[in-house]
Amino acid sequence: MSYMKLIENMLKGQKRACGKLITIVENEPEEAEKILREIHQYTGKAHIIGITGPPGAGKSTLTDKMVKALIKEGNKVAVIAIDPTSPYTGGSILGDRIRMQDLALDPNVFIRSMGTRGHLGGLSKYTKNALKVLDAAGYDYIIIETVGVGQSEVDIVKIADTIIMVMVPGLGDDIQSIKAGIMEIGDIFAVNKSDLFGADRTATEINMMLDLSMDMERRPPVVKVVAAKNEGIDDLINEVREHINYLKKSGKFEERRKNNLKLEVVELIEEELRKIVISHTDKESKLDGEVVDILNKKKNVYEVRDEFLGKLNRSPN
Amino acid sequence: MNRPIRVLVAKPGLDGHDRGAKVIARALRDAGMEVIYTGLRQTPEQIVATAIQEDVDVIGLSLLSGAHNYLFPRVAELLKEEGVDDVLLIGGGVIPNEDIPGLKEAGISEIFTPGTPTTEMIEYIKNNLKR
Ligand code: B12
Ligand SMILES: Nc1nc2c(ncn2[C@@H]2O[C@H](COP(=O)(O)OP(=O)(O)OP(=O)(O)O)[C@@H](O)[C@H]2O)c(=O)[nH]1
Ligand SMILES: [Mg+2]
Repeated sequence: MSYMKLIENMLKGQKRACGKLITIVENEPEEAEKILREIHQYTGKAHIIGITGPPGAGKSTLTDKMVKALIKEGNKVAVIAIDPTSPYTGGSILGDRIRMQDLALDPNVFIRSMGTRGHLGGLSKYTKNALKVLDAAGYDYIIIETVGVGQSEVDIVKIADTIIMVMVPGLGDDIQSIKAGIMEIGDIFAVNKSDLFGADRTATEINMMLDLSMDMERRPPVVKVVAAKNEGIDDLINEVREHINYLKKSGKFEERRKNNLKLEVVELIEEELRKIVISHTDKESKLDGEVVDILNKKKNVYEVRDEFLGKLNRSPN
Repeated sequence: MNRPIRVLVAKPGLDGHDRGAKVIARALRDAGMEVIYTGLRQTPEQIVATAIQEDVDVIGLSLLSGAHNYLFPRVAELLKEEGVDDVLLIGGGVIPNEDIPGLKEAGISEIFTPGTPTTEMIEYIKNNLKR
């Protein structure tokens, strides 16, 4: 089926067309560009919630419960659930749906699983593309479940409006260790598995950590939840709503989206520039002679760089 | 299109035997496929809805309870109703040989019973994709 027909059907609400479009934007960069140019005008309406946190924290279970609460209010909700791809085989087992079984048939819900396919940062390279398709398809909320956070999986800040950081009791010193760079991205902290011993302590530790961050304009709330028993979910949804209000009132909503768009454009430009550089260094093995000169101290690396850039500027491509 | 093969491994009905499904999921992952595993006790309706949202290339049903003669054809029927004609539908588990021709008649392309090496299943999938 032509992609124009798929777009037409997707806009009408056909899930099959939506699923097929996601496959294309996830796999075929050239076709993806055509589709994304076409649907741009329909995007930007969804509120995007990122759910992140350590492996096994209950992100999928929490997502399931949040979706249920949101659809009860009459919303359409989509989920993108990301799991790691094996670096050895390129394969993956995407198991987040196990926790969302009874959402499969809901007409107002769409769930898509994705493998990271070698991309670091907690998302896959084309998660953003899939997000745009779902946004155009008219989902009011899109929840993105990232792979479990380690130390640097913070790509979610580039695409989410509200980030929920899921913590659990018993992380102990881990809270200290994931602090740097990761704690900062949480707009809301959810202490899941609060039915287990130590939840209060975890909440206190997070609060202490937040006390140390002086430059906050808004202090992220800490909410205790028991996703498995559907407890505290309404509080969490309220905090999401509060965050949306805060973003809109303070002008941060637009600011955040503008920043992200700028990042996206810069990334696209970088990608093209990299292609140009690679085609010049690979195709003609241009640098072979220069490398020998550097070895022999006839030139230094900076001279070679400047010469190369000089040549690039002169040649059309 | 050179993209990973996406497979939904699903357990229809009330059958609690999930070792086989998990073995298959891992084998397909190790063969470089993206395997969506949805857990136990799926209705045929859920399986087909999931396959559509995930846009999978293959649905692999696993059943050891004996209810395959109803549940497998039901999945095939729903796929047809939804106009899904580009998904390879296969099955496995404890299935008597005499039931296999009927299942194939009903639209299940192949059935893999205990003892079949997973390499054979992987080859079959690679050679019979409908995309
Ligand atoms: C282990 C086992 C159990 C374990 C299950 C543990 C688990 N989590 O899986 C336990 C003890 C819980 C159990 C319980 C029961 N069991 Co039991 N169980 C078995 C047993 C001995 C082995 C099954 C197994 O795990 N095999 C190993 C796996 C790797 O093999 P497999 O599943 O067949 O998968 C292979 C292939 O079939 C194929 N395959 C399977 N699925 C798929 C999918 C795809 C897409 C592909 C390509 C291939 C494929 O590839 C796999 C690898 O080669 C079988 C007997 C047997 N020999 O099969 C009985 C058996 C399946 N059980 C049986 C029964 C009756 C029961 C119970 C009802 C007993 C009872 N009265 O309580 C309960 C029901 C449980 C439930 N909730 O459904 C019967 C089923 C009879 C029938 N079909 O008519 C069997 C056949 C025993 C018998 N001969 O009577 N069981
Ligand atoms: N005690 C308790 N267990 C929970 C709770 N929420 C989830 N779990 C359990 O925690 C385990 C992991 O849950 P998931 O929702 O799969 O966690 P996840 O963070 O999505 O896991 P990954 O995607 O693998 O990183 C499951 O066994 C859940 O049943 C809870 O509130 N309390
Ligand atoms: Mg998960």
